Formats: sequence, C-alpha cells, structure tokens
Amino acid sequence: MATLKRSVLIKKGAEANLYLGEWKGRRVIVKKRLPKEYRPSQLDLQIRTYRTVHEPQLMHEAKKAGVPTPLVYLVDVENATIIMQYVDGKQVKQLLGEATRRERQHLCFRIGCLVGLLHKWGIVHGDLTTSNMILDSNGAVFFVDFGLGEKTAEFEARAVDLHLMKRALQSTHFEFADECMRDVVKGYASIVGTEVSEKLIEKAEEIERRGRYVGERKDKRV
Amino acid sequence: MKGNKNGQLYCLGIESSADDFSVGISSFDGRILANIVDAYVPIEGGIHPREAARHHAEVAGNVLKQAFKVSNIKPRDLSAIAFSQGPGLGPCLRTGATVARALASFLGLPLVGVNHCVAHIEIGRLKTGVRDPVTLYVSGGNTIIAAYDSGRYRVFGETLDIALGNCLDVFAREVGLRQKRGLPFGAVVERIAREGKKFVQLPYAVKGMDMSLSGLLTAAVSLFRSRKYRLADLCYSLQETAFSMVTEVTERALTHVEKKEVLLTGGVAANKRLQTMIRSMAKEHDAHFDNVPTEFAIDNGAMVAWTGVLSWTHGAVTPFEASCVRPRWRLEEAEVPWLH
Repeated sequence: MATLKRSVLIKKGAEANLYLGEWKGRRVIVKKRLPKEYRPSQLDLQIRTYRTVHEPQLMHEAKKAGVPTPLVYLVDVENATIIMQYVDGKQVKQLLGEATRRERQHLCFRIGCLVGLLHKWGIVHGDLTTSNMILDSNGAVFFVDFGLGEKTAEFEARAVDLHLMKRALQSTHFEFADECMRDVVKGYASIVGTEVSEKLIEKAEEIERRGRYVGERKDKRV
Repeated sequence: MKGNKNGQLYCLGIESSADDFSVGISSFDGRILANIVDAYVPIEGGIHPREAARHHAEVAGNVLKQAFKVSNIKPRDLSAIAFSQGPGLGPCLRTGATVARALASFLGLPLVGVNHCVAHIEIGRLKTGVRDPVTLYVSGGNTIIAAYDSGRYRVFGETLDIALGNCLDVFAREVGLRQKRGLPFGAVVERIAREGKKFVQLPYAVKGMDMSLSGLLTAAVSLFRSRKYRLADLCYSLQETAFSMVTEVTERALTHVEKKEVLLTGGVAANKRLQTMIRSMAKEHDAHFDNVPTEFAIDNGAMVAWTGVLSWTHGAVTPFEASCVRPRWRLEEAEVPWLH
C-alpha cells in the first residue's frame, strides 16, 4: 500500500470507491469498500469483508473459465481494499448506444459466450450489467465487479444471473433490449448447449413470474 | 369543458387497489382539497381481496360525501374523474373502477385510468418539490426502485419475491403481534425494534439491483420459534437487514443512473429508521433526499386525482370500453408524457 502513487478517485460507486494510481510501476485500480454509515457496524463489516475476500477469488476462477478479468495484485482484507490491473477500454454500457446494429449483435453474442463460460465453470456473476463489462483496445471483453458473485453450480442461481442481465438491458438499453438479449442467449447457448440454455431461459422466466405484475401471469384486461 | 369553480378546474381521484378506499380532489394547479381514506382492517390474517372489496363498496358513498364536504366542491364543479386502474388486487380495483364509471357517466365527465405506481411518484414530486429522483417505493404490495428515462419510469430494481411491507406484516402476524386502526403492523414492528440491542444475523440477499426478502422472513420467523431470541432483537435485526438491502439497491441504482435526488414513498416510507438510512446513503452521494409525508405516501385518492390531472391535460382519456382494471399493470408500461 505504501508504494501506491498518485492515486485519484475516478468513480464513486455504490459500494466502493475506485481510484486510479500507480503501484510498482503499473497503472492500477484501487477498489476500496468504505464503511456504510447507514447499516449496523456488524453487518457492514461482514458484507465488506466477505466481498473483499470473495471478489478476487472469483476473478481468479473466471480466468480459469476463459473470461478476461483484471489481474489482482493485492488484497488488503483489513482495509477492504483490492489493488488490480487497470483495463484500458470502454464500458459496454456506453458502447452499445454508439454501436451499429451489426457491432451490437457481435458484442452481445460475445457477452453471451462469456456468461456461458462463467456458468459452465460454476461461477455466477451476480450483477451482470453493461457497466460491469469493459471492451479493451485489443478487443477483449473484461468482466469486472464480482462482489455479488458466487461459486455455485445451482441451476436457480444461473437463471437469476440471466434474469438480471435481461433486466439490466431493459432498464438501461430499452431501445434494443430484446434484440440484445436474443444475441446474448445465442452466444450463451453456443457454450452451454441449446438444451441447457433453453431450460435455463425457462427457469429465468419462472423467476420473473415470481416477481410482481409480470410476464405470463399478467392477465388480459378483464 | 365541464366544471370549474371561480375559474379553477378540479379532478376527483379514486384509489382502491388494496386495503384502502380513498377519494381525493385536486385542482388543476396542484392544490389538494380533499384526501379521505377509509382502511379495511381484517379481523385476522392478511387482506382477503373479496372482503376488502366488500368494505370498499360499503364505505364508497360515505367517503365520497366526506371528500365533497371538506373540499367544499360540488360534483358539478368537477372536470374529470380519475381512478387507480392497476396494479393491485382485482376485486378491489374493480370496486373503485365501478364507482368511477358511475360518477363519470352520471356527471358526463371524462374518465382517466391512472397507474397506481406512477401516482405514488407524481404525488411525491408534487408534495416534496423533487424533480427527477430515483424513487424507492416500498409498501405492502410493492418494492420498486425506479427512475425516469425517455417517456417512462424505468424499473431499475425490485423484489424478486415478496414486498418489504409484506415481509414486515407477515413477520408481525407470525409472531403474534396485533395491528390496530391507525397503528399498522409496520409501526408495531418499528416500535418494538427500538428496544432491540443485539444484532442477529439473517440472510442478506441482494442480487444486482434486485433483492429477495422471502428467505429473510422465513429465517426470522424460525428464529423466533426457536425461543432463543428476544422478539425486540429479532424485530431490530429484521428491520436492519431488510432496510440495508433496499438501501443498498437504491444506492446501486442511484450511482448507475447518476441522478441527484432520492425520493422515498409508499407505506413503509413512514418508518423513521428507513428514512434515516436512505437519507444517510443519499448524503454520501451528494444527492438530495426527501420522503413523502405519510398522508400522501400511503395509498390515497389525492395521488390519483393529481395524476389524473397530469394525464388528462396531456390528452390521456380512458374510454369506458377500455376502462377495465389492469391488476398487473407494470410501472414501466405506463407512459408519462408530461415529463421530458
């Protein structure tokens, strides 16, 4: 930590501050989960510690699955801080809006493949929004922010992951959410197989129906 | 145009989506002249839709009468009749819709069907003065984090199973607490929670910007049944855990959409502890926080009347043949053309 130089706050996220700095000659991102005053200290410590420990583990596992994630340089549990590689690129959140239809198709298909790889390896990301995906200058899509992730092979957890992806597209990229999701599913199916993919989509729809006022449960005007 | 009193136009709104039957009257410039609520209180258990609807039908005439009386508005002064068209409990919504249709047809006025969730946000904006907030709407039936984008309120986060108010209500019932008129379950739990000291660990389930509350409820009830914990500690821990979850997802939505205002509404918004938590979170992100006054945060007719004004002045009229209730009308399916 002492060797960290010139660190500047680049993003005040919901659960962590991100600083861009220099550490042992490398450009790094410092992710610090600050205490939240609003929740009881016991719960706060528990959440921050758990996520600080688990996130790097999942990032490491994701690499094994073939999904690009930043390299982790240092984990400081006591300060709930992770120092990791800085990925020079653009958030998919911004790119989707600017891209042509074909580029979008291609990008969504690749994202679907990556999610498929994660799931096949027994990892769920837990927060699959387009702001947690970065396209770097070499054309690789990096996944970041595994704080809500889990190592699990559970069918339900994977389906929730897909459901969240769909929801994120609907709320942020509503103009082409359906089209994007179709391509994500195509990519996903190319990795896990059509049969598994279809079952998961079905499950995701069931989860959606458990929510309020949605999907097929919606009755016609009576 | 019909109606008008001293050059001012008025809209009457009927709310009946769940356990409350309410009538509000709003002027077209946003003054609320009446907001009468009559709540159905079950003798035991939760809201039975048919029983609640029966209650609504019984009290409708009286509530209307009172609304006209306190507002000093006559039926002929009105220009439009608005009603909560959904989402909500079918039989309850239908009762309100029937009253609205009867009034509109008798008085020869336009009918305006309003989305209940939109109405909550709109009355919140009117009463607090916030303009473009991230709204946390927490009640017995809803737990939604929404913000405006391109013609609609988009839902960024919501519960994957039960609503926050429902979670607190069922817990209260399962541990044998009683609610009274004017003192709902949520308030009872809040009161007992203040005596709680020891934080008991309960499942914390945030999934992206969504959350799951049913596991938390089950765990809290079974801990109570184990007789190893004080009720006050459980109420305290249940509140702290559930509120931390909704606060975290609201925080996620706030940083995601990068807005500068947070609005708290719905029945659970009356909870002081929840207000404190959301306020603290908003402050950390330099966002302005406001919570809707309880009278307008719970289900109420004024919010329907005011949203009726907004809809009607933007050309939205509901023909009788399209006035059937929509029990599962999602917030983001409703257009809000008055915002740009």
